[in-house]
Amino acid sequence: MSVAMPKPSEAVLDRRDEIVSALQAIVPGEGVVDATDEMRAFETDGLTAYRQLPLVVVLPDTVDQVSRVLAYCHRNDIPVVPRGAGTSLSGGALPLQDGVLLVLSKFNRVLEIDYDNRSAVVQPGVTNLGITKAVEHRGFYYAPDPSSQIACSIGGNVAENSGGVHCLKYGLTANNVLGIEFVTIEGEVMRLGGKHLDAEGGYDLLGLMTGSEGLLGVVTEVTVRILQKPETARAVLIGFPTSEQAGECVAEIIAKGIIPGGMEMMDRPAIHAAEDFVQAGYPRDVEALLIVELDGPQAEVDHLLAEVEAIGNTNGAVTCRVSQSEDERAAFWAGRKAAFPAVGRISPDYYCMDGTIPRKELPKVLAGMKALSEKYDLRVANVFHAGDGNLHPLILYDANKEGELHRAEEFGNDILRLCVAVGGVLTGEHGVGVEKRDLMPEMFGEDDLKHQQRVKCAFDAKHLLNPGKVFPTLHRCAELGRMHVHKGQVAFPDLPRF
Amino acid sequence: MTERSASRLAEAQSPAPPSTDASRLYAPDSLEALREIVAAAVSLEEPLAIEGSGSKSGLGRPVNTAATLSTAKLTGVTLYEPDELVLSARAGTPIAEIEALIDENGQRLEFEPIDYGPLHARERGLGTLGGVLACNLSGPRRVKQGAARDHVLGITAVSGRAEVFKSGGRVVKNVTGYDLSKGMAGSYGTLAVLSDVTIKVLPKSETETTLLLRGLTDEEAAGAMAAAMGSPAEVSGAAHLPMLVARRVAEGHLGDEPATAIRLEGFGPSVAARDAYLSAALQNVARLERLEGEASQAFWRDVKDVVPFADGTDKPVWRVSLAPTAGHQLVMGLRRHAAIDAFYDWQGGLVWLRMESGDAEADLIRAGIAQLGGGHATLVRASESLRAATDVFQPQPAPLAALAKRLKSEFDPAGILNPGRMG
Ligand SMILES: Cc1cc2nc3c(=O)[nH]c(=O)nc-3n(C[C@H](O)[C@H](O)[C@H](O)COP(=O)(O)OP(=O)(O)OC[C@H]3O[C@@H](n4cnc5c(N)ncnc54)[C@H](O)[C@@H]3O)c2cc1C
Repeated sequence: MSVAMPKPSEAVLDRRDEIVSALQAIVPGEGVVDATDEMRAFETDGLTAYRQLPLVVVLPDTVDQVSRVLAYCHRNDIPVVPRGAGTSLSGGALPLQDGVLLVLSKFNRVLEIDYDNRSAVVQPGVTNLGITKAVEHRGFYYAPDPSSQIACSIGGNVAENSGGVHCLKYGLTANNVLGIEFVTIEGEVMRLGGKHLDAEGGYDLLGLMTGSEGLLGVVTEVTVRILQKPETARAVLIGFPTSEQAGECVAEIIAKGIIPGGMEMMDRPAIHAAEDFVQAGYPRDVEALLIVELDGPQAEVDHLLAEVEAIGNTNGAVTCRVSQSEDERAAFWAGRKAAFPAVGRISPDYYCMDGTIPRKELPKVLAGMKALSEKYDLRVANVFHAGDGNLHPLILYDANKEGELHRAEEFGNDILRLCVAVGGVLTGEHGVGVEKRDLMPEMFGEDDLKHQQRVKCAFDAKHLLNPGKVFPTLHRCAELGRMHVHKGQVAFPDLPRF
Repeated sequence: MTERSASRLAEAQSPAPPSTDASRLYAPDSLEALREIVAAAVSLEEPLAIEGSGSKSGLGRPVNTAATLSTAKLTGVTLYEPDELVLSARAGTPIAEIEALIDENGQRLEFEPIDYGPLHARERGLGTLGGVLACNLSGPRRVKQGAARDHVLGITAVSGRAEVFKSGGRVVKNVTGYDLSKGMAGSYGTLAVLSDVTIKVLPKSETETTLLLRGLTDEEAAGAMAAAMGSPAEVSGAAHLPMLVARRVAEGHLGDEPATAIRLEGFGPSVAARDAYLSAALQNVARLERLEGEASQAFWRDVKDVVPFADGTDKPVWRVSLAPTAGHQLVMGLRRHAAIDAFYDWQGGLVWLRMESGDAEADLIRAGIAQLGGGHATLVRASESLRAATDVFQPQPAPLAALAKRLKSEFDPAGILNPGRMG
């Protein structure tokens, strides 16, 4: 583990027994897990390179318990790490040695479905796919679809502002959540929004909570927008001899006013890995493959498919295949969806990155990545949410080989620096967590980060919720609160006075 | 531009303020000048009213400060890449200028910003990009495509600490750090002064058609709109204009009969198919009429800009957001106690209320909303004295209000920016 976490508090470690008993009094029965072997299941999340046993695991099943656990931890200065399903790829749910791991998995009920208002009210531990399952008999679904959707929780989605293949057209979690209930570190239960639009008349606290990675509050209920499923969907596979041509094709589709339901790109190594794994029928002799899915009324899909095929051809496509059945469409996606495990088969370990770039910079970034791949002597395969510029380079390495993990991490960091250098960002959907924490200064200046931390201070002045994540340096709120322009003193004497 | 702000702007110097005028106006033309003015205001503990063009000074609580900071000279589009669907501009750039520019490339602002000009008896087209975001103004397409806050990619701003900060970037998918851009949305200039905003732009639809269902009661309309929104027809607008309101849009062409409007936008063959689908589903509900192309656009522009209540008066007008199916119930309940005029957007979830007696009736309205599952009411037009005496924004439960106050004091500890504007 190469990331420094806040130094555990000896005082908290020394009081462990007392803390466990106090928590047992709040969450009775099996809701408190303190045996080392049972806590092993929680020592890591989707970023498995990092592991840490928590002080104790708590699995509450009422909001009142959540509130009392948090209030207790607040009073006693004990850090708390919220956890949903533990699929975070950025180490967001990595436990702390002196911290309570607060697991929301028992909050797994769908509370209300209101088709007339196109909304569903669910508990945070309901899986992303679970929402769709609850409404699909009426033709509805929940649009954001992270690849981890069978496992990840909606609470985790809110905390990470997760995306998915269909976010190009239907938006990220932030655009599909109408309201939440959350509990502050002080144990106060707050509600934001509901079935109405524009959650509050005042500040957009819902916007701040979404994507806050468990640092501002614990989400205990979520109201989401549900949509009627499009009448039909068809996908087209388009292969190109160069990634530049594929990039041009993507740009032209968007420029023509077509917003596909999904538009994914894979490079040669990813195509081969996927094809070897699931035999999706991908062409092997192309450098870049696009999967473009069009959804909507039949008439629209037919019309746009013809346009997309034409655009593909004018940009030098060497293969172009339209799905002729639902099975075939599923097969086209099977390869893309299995890309991660497929890469897992050709390498003992892989490390998934998540930068976003302006679409037009793709050729430059791919060329840069190739050079880095040579420099670090590690292979890389690329899958790419091409429509919105979100890259997922998969760096192949072997953790058992001396120094390879370290090289993979350095390689990854350089890729993200490159993304920022071309006008992009460090993370498109996986979050900062511990993984990208120390790269934050690549993208933000000191004052930028301080203003973000001031939001944190408004919610959690003692820095007890998920400390060590997102921010590279923890400033005490008192220190952040100091004004650098001193009252009563004119800081700019040459400026005319009011 | 209003006469008042035009003449004040003409006087305004940048960054040096005139020092004798009772109501001083500072209009910096650079980020650094903006920061210096805020710094000076902080050091002298002199609060600032923040405005773009001043087009929304009739919104929110009146701010009584001796000095005003205007972003009207922070103008200009700094980046526009149509193929990348992205545009950046200084915060004081008029929305109308941005809309005209992107229109040349067949693009538009998907959230259809409201123009409060007509409602406040001013010209259209005065609003600025910063103002639209600070007030999070979104029109009828909100139900399908999201609000202003959903289209902001990044910002640069000066907080009440006189420090420059940026958030977000220029790409759509970005979860790096807290989303301070959204935090600025709806903050009415009380946390920071925006200097630059980057937004997403999208292609205009090739065609549009509006189906009009005539003669429905408010309750029947709520049912029809719910059915349309819950269908796969990808409806991008659902409004209901009750008896007598319908006449006040589209230059009176619709007559008095209630009109329930369902908008379909997109590529020609797609709109035709969805039109056929919806017409078949709704033909037994009401008599159907259609507005095509420009007629449809004109109709929705009037609904968006609250033209039915653009009566040149200052009779109180409320903007209420609540669960769509509760909209007509609220109106029915209120009618028992007060003389009101009302119409609906957002499938019934956005209710525009005009209070005919001149009383705001804030408590009555908010009690009604609470009974119907919650939401919020904002007084968007009223005389200055009524706005000073009324909770213009929805009061929040104490713990939430305390949290909002902590956020305000983190960003603006000296209370320099728009004191009292949000209550
Ligand atoms: C194979 C695989 C594929 C993936 N594909 C995608 C993808 O396509 N798109 C994408 O965006 N992500 C993807 N992810 C990442 C991950 O699934 C998402 O970030 C997901 O939202 C995490 O949800 P979770 O319930 O597992 O949260 P966890 O991993 O348990 O926690 C994630 C973060 O949220 C916080 N948190 C969790 N629950 C709460 C709560 N109730 N209140 C407050 N904070 C909370 C935690 O503290 C932590 O910081 C993928 C992950 C894997 C393993």
